[in-house]
Amino acid sequence: MPTVLLPPRHYLNNGYGIRSWLLTRDHKRIALLYLAAVTFFFFVGGAFAVWIRLDLATPAGDLVSDETYNKLFTMHGVMMVFFFLIPAIPSVLGNFLVPIMIGAKDLAFPKLNLASWYIYMLGGAFTLYALVSGGVDTGWTFYTPFSTASSTTNVIPTALGIFITGFSSILTGLNFIVTIHRMRAPGMTWFRLPLFIWSTYATSLINVLGTPVIAITILLVAAERLFQFGFFNPALGGDPVLFQHLFWFYSHPAVYIMVLPAMGVVSELVAAGCRKPVFGYSFVAFASLAIAVLGFLVWGHHMFVAGESVYSALIFSILSFMVAIPSAVKVFNWTATMYRGAVSWETPMLYAYGFIGLFTIGGLTGLFLAAIAVDVHVTDTYFIVAHFHYIMVGGTIMAYLGGVHYWWPKISGRLYNEGLAKLSAGIIFIGFNLTFFPQFVLGYLGMPRRYHAYPEEFQVLNVLSSAGASILGVGYLIPMVYLMWSLRYGRAAGSNPWGAVGLEWTTTSPPPTENFSQTPVVTWNAYEYSPKVDHVA
Amino acid sequence: MSPDGAAQASHIGEVSGHHSGLAHQFDSLAQQREAATLGMWCFLVTEVLFFGGLFLTYALYRGWYSGAFTAASRELLIWPGTINTVVLITSSLTMALAVHAAQTGDRRSLILFLAVTMLLGSVFLGIKGFEYYEGFLEGHFPGPRFQFEAEHFREAQIFFSLYYLMTGLHAIHMIIGLGVMAVMVWMSWRGTITAEYYNPIEVSGLYWHFVDIVWIFLFPLLYLIGRHA
Amino acid sequence: MMSEHILPKRLYYTVFGLLMLCTYLTVQAAFIDLGVLNTVVALAIAVFKATIVVLFFMHVKYSTRLTWAVVLGSIFWLGILIVLTLSDYLTRRWLTYGGA
Repeated sequence: MPTVLLPPRHYLNNGYGIRSWLLTRDHKRIALLYLAAVTFFFFVGGAFAVWIRLDLATPAGDLVSDETYNKLFTMHGVMMVFFFLIPAIPSVLGNFLVPIMIGAKDLAFPKLNLASWYIYMLGGAFTLYALVSGGVDTGWTFYTPFSTASSTTNVIPTALGIFITGFSSILTGLNFIVTIHRMRAPGMTWFRLPLFIWSTYATSLINVLGTPVIAITILLVAAERLFQFGFFNPALGGDPVLFQHLFWFYSHPAVYIMVLPAMGVVSELVAAGCRKPVFGYSFVAFASLAIAVLGFLVWGHHMFVAGESVYSALIFSILSFMVAIPSAVKVFNWTATMYRGAVSWETPMLYAYGFIGLFTIGGLTGLFLAAIAVDVHVTDTYFIVAHFHYIMVGGTIMAYLGGVHYWWPKISGRLYNEGLAKLSAGIIFIGFNLTFFPQFVLGYLGMPRRYHAYPEEFQVLNVLSSAGASILGVGYLIPMVYLMWSLRYGRAAGSNPWGAVGLEWTTTSPPPTENFSQTPVVTWNAYEYSPKVDHVA
Repeated sequence: MSPDGAAQASHIGEVSGHHSGLAHQFDSLAQQREAATLGMWCFLVTEVLFFGGLFLTYALYRGWYSGAFTAASRELLIWPGTINTVVLITSSLTMALAVHAAQTGDRRSLILFLAVTMLLGSVFLGIKGFEYYEGFLEGHFPGPRFQFEAEHFREAQIFFSLYYLMTGLHAIHMIIGLGVMAVMVWMSWRGTITAEYYNPIEVSGLYWHFVDIVWIFLFPLLYLIGRHA
Repeated sequence: MMSEHILPKRLYYTVFGLLMLCTYLTVQAAFIDLGVLNTVVALAIAVFKATIVVLFFMHVKYSTRLTWAVVLGSIFWLGILIVLTLSDYLTRRWLTYGGA
């Protein structure tokens, strides 16, 4: 058997030096710039989580003061939501894969793509500045009038940082929409697209439609702080609930920005891992669009106890039940794909299976919360915290890691150590559940969120949670080691180490700068795992 | 099978010979034009939602405080608002004519119409600046220096907060528009724009018209709430 | 996409004339007491002006279905934001949890 070698010329050695990276227009290099950046912000956000869980290991708030604790959970939320969860899969995996998966040479607007990264970094810099110069204590949700009229912390720099980074999301979404509409290779019709593209497209719709609203909301908050305008301040005739409407109009769809790309990754992993087309392809494709659209109609479920009208709450509750349907469709279809498939247990597939299970739990608890009668009891408790962490960590982050592992050979040209990778996946799964399952119980028993101290009887569950967090942290650190190691010492991967179907597997690992030596002409469906199809190996 | 690499691939999609303005990721000028236009429309969608949040805020508070809003609206001078509306609509006309000139390869008219558009935009900003100045003197700016009749004192500040924020944001978009126009004039002067390649003009025009449309709504909502006795 | 459609300048001048006329009308209407209709008239005129700018100055009348979808989609989404939010405020007094 011939030794697999790296191709002589590819995007990583097409130009050396810092300028060739910082001034690149190659979507693949930009994806790696994002990879470095989001990984950095992930660990910053993770550091805050460590502090939080350390403080919560004991009932008395003795590690940090209450004010400092407020800053910790605020910064944890801001970093994780805006600088990791929202950009990670679209800007890392999306940037790398979208042109290749559709058979294009690059995105529609490569320079804009690079600008998006710089804008993201600028926003991150503002937020980090706010952090080191005293932090923010409003919660990542910036509720008014505390954030506008009372808080004495660095609200405006943080808000500005998020405002700026929002443009990065908008421009990336815009780039993807135009690329997917206008730059598909000959023969690549909409219904031959990989489901990852459908998910990325749906995510990009949300980015373009939703992000501007948080942008204007942030401006309103900043203006109110600076000039004492009264939009959200009851003392000046304003309404704090208006802020919540504006904030959640974006921030609810934002959670679909976080989960849709993850679902797209899972579709790819399940198809490849089971060597089968995804069951009900068009249902899954349309479900992505349905999630994007319905996701805009449910924001009021964050405000059941905020004072919104009863009828409004009813409408939002019903719509929140409905938005679960397309998500459930996807879970059913992935499961059906696995049925009678050649199910593999390689690392990316482990993450995919983990996603399916944990996302289902998180999603079901979301249905509990959509019921107003339940929500009024568990809102602002750890039940909510557990719910969204099951989706964002058990869901999105697992899918992100699965995707990184699955496409790592394509991105780097190298194979990672499978044994260590499986070990990390296992540690992460155990650590995750130990961290967050007790929080469902805690919340149901009544422990409020965002509190730095709690009654004695909750300590055991909190200690379990903190122990889980340390295990989870270890689990996240190990991939850093073996992935970096593989860059230098890993075996060459070859074009298609997984034997998967998809345009990205027809080109070399790593791909050449222009992605393909010749523009592909597509005559097959996505996931056509059939021996009759002739693929370039 | 490994591809040849960069050398062979650079011929993909290249229009033979002359500088056509075709970027390497596109296969044809038509595809590039469609992409540019779609891209700008997607951006305008974000602008609709961006200003939309302000219009929502306006709608709520006008509903709650209609008396105060009417009284406050009357404090705005109607003539600069009206003149500005006329100026901005005229600038949209000249912008449309600029695009027409680009489509027909008429470089001189293109530069002329772009310059007139910029001039009209500057006039708009000048008048707006004058209005702001007068407003500050009258005590319209919310905060410690605000002056208004006692009955609507608190709510009128919300009106003026919205007035300054909405027109201010609009003005910032106009300033950016002027910057974009300046770049368009430069590109036209250099001969980059031809009857085959005029995307930048088309796309800048879309932006400019959008900014005009925002003002078309701002004008009646802020200046014309109720001017009858 | 629409370079094939070079619109005659006459059309632009006509639209311009309509926009001027509408501006005049909307200012005049503000001085007449129409009660609640004042707002309706002002918005209707503004919507008409915006529509002809979009259709003719921005060439949407001659654009692809995708462009139409984008334009209509943005208006629809703005509608969601405004309608669904205001429906909360408008129904606040209809029923309270206390039943009063």
